[in-house]
Amino acid sequence: MPHPRCGPEDTPEQAWPDFPEELPDLPPSPGREKPPWWDVPEAGPMNQMQFMLLFSRQGKLRLQKWYVPLSDKEKKKITRELVQTVLARKPKMCSFLEWRDLKIVYKRYASLYFCCAIEDQDNELITLEIIHRYVELLDKYFGSVCELDIIFNFEKAYFILDEFLLGGEVQETSKKNVLKAIEQADLLQEEAETPRSVLEEIGLT
Amino acid sequence: MEAVNLLSSNRYTEKQIGYLFISVLVNSNSELIRLINNAIKNDLASRNPTFMGLALHCIANVGSREMAEAFAGEIPKILVAGDTMDSVKQSAALCLLRLYRTSPDFVPMGDWTSRVVHLLNDQHLGVVTAATSLITTLAQKNPEEFKTSVSLAVSRLSRIVTSASTDLQDYTYYFVPAPWLSVKLLRLLQCYPPPEDAAVRGRLTECLETILNKAQEPPKSKKVQHSNAKNAVLFEAISLIIHHDSEPNLLVRACNQLGQFLQHRETNLRYLALESMCTLASSEFSHEAVKTHIETVINALKTERDVSVRQRAVDLLYAMCDRSNAQQIVAEMLNYLETADYSIREEIVLKVAILAEKYAVDYTWYVDTILNLIRIAGDYVSEEVWYRVIQIVINRDDVQGYAAKTVFEALQAPACHENLVKVGGYILGEFGNLIAGDPRSSPLIQFNLLHSKFHLCSVPTRALLLSTYIKFVNLFPEIKTTIQDVLRSDSQLKNADVELQQRAVEYLRLSTIASTDILATVLEEMPPFPERESSILAKLKKKKGPGTVTDLEEIKKERNSDVNGGTESTPVNASTVSTPSPSADLLGLGAAPLTSSAPPPSTTGSLLVDVFSDSASVVAPLAPGSEDNFARFVCKNNGVLFENQLLQIGLKSEFRQNLGRMFIFYGNKTSTQFLNFTPTLICSDELQSSLNLQTKPVDPTVDGGAQVQQVVNIECISDFMEAPILNIQFRYGGTFQNISVKLPITLNKFFQPTEMASQDFFQRWKQLSNPQQEMQNIFKAKHPMDTEITKAKIIGFGSALLEEVDPNPANFVGAGIIHTKTTQIGCLLRLEPNLQAQMYRLTLRTSKETVSQRLCELLSEQF
Repeated sequence: MPHPRCGPEDTPEQAWPDFPEELPDLPPSPGREKPPWWDVPEAGPMNQMQFMLLFSRQGKLRLQKWYVPLSDKEKKKITRELVQTVLARKPKMCSFLEWRDLKIVYKRYASLYFCCAIEDQDNELITLEIIHRYVELLDKYFGSVCELDIIFNFEKAYFILDEFLLGGEVQETSKKNVLKAIEQADLLQEEAETPRSVLEEIGLT
Repeated sequence: MEAVNLLSSNRYTEKQIGYLFISVLVNSNSELIRLINNAIKNDLASRNPTFMGLALHCIANVGSREMAEAFAGEIPKILVAGDTMDSVKQSAALCLLRLYRTSPDFVPMGDWTSRVVHLLNDQHLGVVTAATSLITTLAQKNPEEFKTSVSLAVSRLSRIVTSASTDLQDYTYYFVPAPWLSVKLLRLLQCYPPPEDAAVRGRLTECLETILNKAQEPPKSKKVQHSNAKNAVLFEAISLIIHHDSEPNLLVRACNQLGQFLQHRETNLRYLALESMCTLASSEFSHEAVKTHIETVINALKTERDVSVRQRAVDLLYAMCDRSNAQQIVAEMLNYLETADYSIREEIVLKVAILAEKYAVDYTWYVDTILNLIRIAGDYVSEEVWYRVIQIVINRDDVQGYAAKTVFEALQAPACHENLVKVGGYILGEFGNLIAGDPRSSPLIQFNLLHSKFHLCSVPTRALLLSTYIKFVNLFPEIKTTIQDVLRSDSQLKNADVELQQRAVEYLRLSTIASTDILATVLEEMPPFPERESSILAKLKKKKGPGTVTDLEEIKKERNSDVNGGTESTPVNASTVSTPSPSADLLGLGAAPLTSSAPPPSTTGSLLVDVFSDSASVVAPLAPGSEDNFARFVCKNNGVLFENQLLQIGLKSEFRQNLGRMFIFYGNKTSTQFLNFTPTLICSDELQSSLNLQTKPVDPTVDGGAQVQQVVNIECISDFMEAPILNIQFRYGGTFQNISVKLPITLNKFFQPTEMASQDFFQRWKQLSNPQQEMQNIFKAKHPMDTEITKAKIIGFGSALLEEVDPNPANFVGAGIIHTKTTQIGCLLRLEPNLQAQMYRLTLRTSKETVSQRLCELLSEQF
């Protein structure tokens, strides 16, 4: 059956009914449609690096950086599982392992394990060198870094990491540039601190 | 609150600590967020690079939707402004990337995109490094808009690989020029097919060749960092070569290079070489080249000390297997299986079973292989595997005698695995007569052999053996009395297990009252199975798929749902046997009343109802109203899918490109606990190949008034017609509940709207003028014909609503692209309402016939 076309003159614009202010729900819904009482977690973004963990040979977590939103419970669970898995591996084994649907790249420096989780398509070797460059940065900043430096100056370790990696991606690979940024910040910090200590002294006296 | 005050401080230390605090501890507390955002806004506008840096780091670290909403518009401006400091640009690029990943909808595309692409030319390598990550992610989602990045990336890469190691100063890492940037550029290029422009393409090939050549040069440093960085670039280049899959020369060179790595002393390199070769094996150009390394890989399987490396070797052997080397590979895998780590045994078993079947020329070899498999790793042989071997034996006359002989011999081992007893019982029950001529395997010996295992077996196996015995009654009348004696014994007739008891009673009765003719008819040899795709393969796919924690239960259920008459089968025509009525009734199958109180197979009509599985696994028919509810979800993503007195099922879902995720909320409306609560997703075979659903099991108990949530990750592989079924089973009080609803995952969910001008639209419309590409439907309006509602529905359907395209303003026109993993399908639609007749005419034009058809079907139901 040929379908009669509606010519423009059939439906002049002013003849349209007034639009309702709010759109009603699409088709009529059977039963009651109450607003959902649930919270929906956000969709997981597709990151390169998912997270980085630093832990000691005794399994103590020293630094953690998560580039994907996860609940604290999940974070704890992941950390526990991974620390166990990695510590169980022998020294000569390869630095990569498949874990859930991620790839884990890890390396041990003295008493510390550095451990990154990346996605299936990502490059393992370059991640290994991300770890190394980070260690170099810490080393240069602290002057032959050790576990204690990271425990006591954890905020510095985080700042350096932020300058180097942001949102799970490499931001700046030049050692000079990263350290320059940190030193500048330190300088600002000292400038700020000097007058305050004077003020404090005044306040005390 | 203190932290927020710190943020507004002008002192650097205070600000820094404030930001640190917020990055670590912030949650979506709306009051604070507004204050924090305000402080950040001030810092972003401060033009002090250190403050701006801190603010950007904070946004990137938190990356919440609120922050995306507040800053996604601002950051692109900072990124492309001429006077922004380099370090701030770097942070801005990655900050924007983080926001784009969490909330792409808040990041406006616009003029800035073309300027971002030009950051690839920036003088500062740090800026290029950061920008490349951003561009790669954006290009994955909007390939057209970022197309120009290809030639820029190629020329940048070419400058890097040809530079002397000192040129790039601090961006050289252990004598390797800018390894991170190189890897990122190579990743960016993997978003696109090989460049069309011959000059660009030539330049890229040169780059790739240079990288391959460098691998052959002597190392510039003995440090492992040097070789790691160099090889990181090399592996990424090989990934690109494999991705393009168009230059045989490069593919073969890549393969040879990996071959060298297979014997490298670095474990890491051996691991990566095995992994990379797996993908090379699937390219027609390099498959043969990969095969030449078989000996090395087999050797790796034997000598590698690290299980993860051995696992890669197994994967590679599986990938390189074809008819020419199947026997060798299967033999080696079986060998390895004897000592393999428990964690990977099941997977190896599946792989061996698949390869043996796929490349079997000689089916006696196949039978031997599977029996060996059961002998070596019986515990890891899943039911799919032994179902399959039986299916194949039944379908192939030439191997039946051999199979009977082999299982008979295998069963003589003093300790044999229960799976072997199952296979043995089944095969002897069908084909025992083929070897009965030999006095060493006379009927009585066969029977005694099987019966000697009987008491060691679990209930399902015993049930199977009982069926074998009744089949023996038919095959070998001479041992009928022996068998009847066994069936008559108290341990059978009064067995505590109802299934066993019922079988014993019925079989005994059948053997005493039925005439030989009837026995022969009832207990006839099984008919051949219809050819179907191996369910083992499906299982392996599942096992290897993302989110490896698959729901075992689900696999089981799915199998049950698709196997009746398939892989799972019963030794006798079950329904006939379950009726212990006089022999005359045996032929009038449907009329025989079920006198037994035990749960017998419920339908007397179908011949292959599974008597083993408990009746709970039968999937309920669709709940009433399910179709209506399903239709309501075509144009929307959230709402209540199902509700009855006990249970409410709510849905929230979101889709992006060819991916989606759906949250299913099961609410217990009663005050009583639900027990054994098992939701199962069921896809037909056909749907399974085009829609990939991943989910995890939910807690089997749901407390009264509580709600549990299940997440389903969805990947659309290719276009599809049907919808998956959600089956829910649970116990409420004393009753068993079984509900099925259609899950509204429909093709249009993978729509991406496309805006276009009138001229473009009609040009494309004309291009799709092939009759198969068009689908038209004329139908009566089912709802009031309201323009705004119609518009909302078209937008909800997923396409863009194009204004001022149709010369007739009363008509609706839409356009969009359906994203599947394999292709993208452009779709145009036009809806013409006729108010007087209360009719609509809907026309769909897409590049694919099935897509036009499905979309037309779905949309026609909506008006």
